Amino acid sequence: MKLRFTLNGRPVELETPSDRRVVDLLREDLGLTGVKEGCGQGECGACTILVDGVSRLSCLMLAAQLTGSSITTIEGLAARGRLHPVQEAFVQQGAVQCGFCTPGMVLAAVDLLGRDPQPRREEIRDGLSGNLCRCTGYQKIVDAVEQAAQPPQPEEEP
Amino acid sequence: MTAVLLPSGLEELWALWEQHPTAMPYAGGTDLLVRLRKGLAQAPALICLERLKELQCIEERGPELFLGALCTHQELLEHPLLRGRLPVLAQALAVLGSPPIRHMGTLGGNLATASPAGDTLPPLYVLGAEVELCSPAGVRRLSLTDFIRGPGQVTLGPREIVGGVWVAPPSDSVRQHFEKVGLRKALAIAVVSLAALIDLTPQGVVRGARLAWGSLGPTVVRSPRAEQALLGGRLRLPELRAAADIVADEAAPIDDLRATAAYRREVAGNLLLRLAQYGGG
Repeated sequence: MKLRFTLNGRPVELETPSDRRVVDLLREDLGLTGVKEGCGQGECGACTILVDGVSRLSCLMLAAQLTGSSITTIEGLAARGRLHPVQEAFVQQGAVQCGFCTPGMVLAAVDLLGRDPQPRREEIRDGLSGNLCRCTGYQKIVDAVEQAAQPPQPEEEP
Repeated sequence: MTAVLLPSGLEELWALWEQHPTAMPYAGGTDLLVRLRKGLAQAPALICLERLKELQCIEERGPELFLGALCTHQELLEHPLLRGRLPVLAQALAVLGSPPIRHMGTLGGNLATASPAGDTLPPLYVLGAEVELCSPAGVRRLSLTDFIRGPGQVTLGPREIVGGVWVAPPSDSVRQHFEKVGLRKALAIAVVSLAALIDLTPQGVVRGARLAWGSLGPTVVRSPRAEQALLGGRLRLPELRAAADIVADEAAPIDDLRATAAYRREVAGNLLLRLAQYGGG
């Protein structure tokens, strides 16, 4: 099929089998290897992408379902060479160990903060509950999302 | 290659299905796509229903609510009518799968999959929900009991899909309760779940009780005897224990990789004890 959608802000048009898994299309055909495949059955969240701003699992979507959508992968999150605040917080908090879950975690956090800009720790845990970290680095990950959620602090008077 | 079709409305769906009579419909794909990949299902062609615009609404229609089959679990969960009028369903949706699964999976998909562990099913049973089915010939309504015939077995004619669910919200005197016991907090398939609607008099006496358990049998399990046992009493531990004993005695669950039958029987009864929180001491 001829497939048209928007990928990380740019229009894409390509020829692909309509039943190609989205994770394979993104990784193998389009070279976006930030999208990881872990379990391949919706349990681990490593393949999370944003579809029209909503976190979904690219291992459980077929190419046809992308028609007309706007897709964001981890490669498209930084704007004009500046990391997204969630990415910046992951760096500052040391929320990355092996890195395999990180793209999915970051995108899940972006979705969560879009719905609830000030989540409590427990709500952060719930929001990330579809993403597994094999290194079990959850504390730092929750710390990072908590940091990203904080509004910019007003500068203190000297 | 399997053709994947993506109709954006019912008229387009019926036309495509006419051209591909053996096509298998799916909604969020969280169940079917896993089974296809494992070789547990075969589909010569697929029709993805997630863009059917007519079936994505949540509306009050007379005394009932209509929940469109293609609403995702998240869309239902965030809707004020669900939280306000059907908290028993909202509580089940809140623990269904994980956030991305709730962003993909749909109410119609949960019904048509008819898993013994389907999280929306016990709430819909106690609510007395009816299922609306759509086909080119028109729409028809079935009780949930008539729709779900067994594990994975539902009443759907050729070229018929689940269009939505009709529910009459209970009155304000009815306490709505759902709890799922799983092996972890997220992405847990129910070991046992309980949905309960308890109608209390202002004095706290039970004047109506509807109970339904998930993962306790091939389909949702009801216990008219346990419901009867609660009538006329209060939601206190002795009364609840008596009902729990009835359920534990009646239930015939299975052993599987998640739990033993004996554990399921015990948990099924014990889940009733939580209703003491509505008893006011």
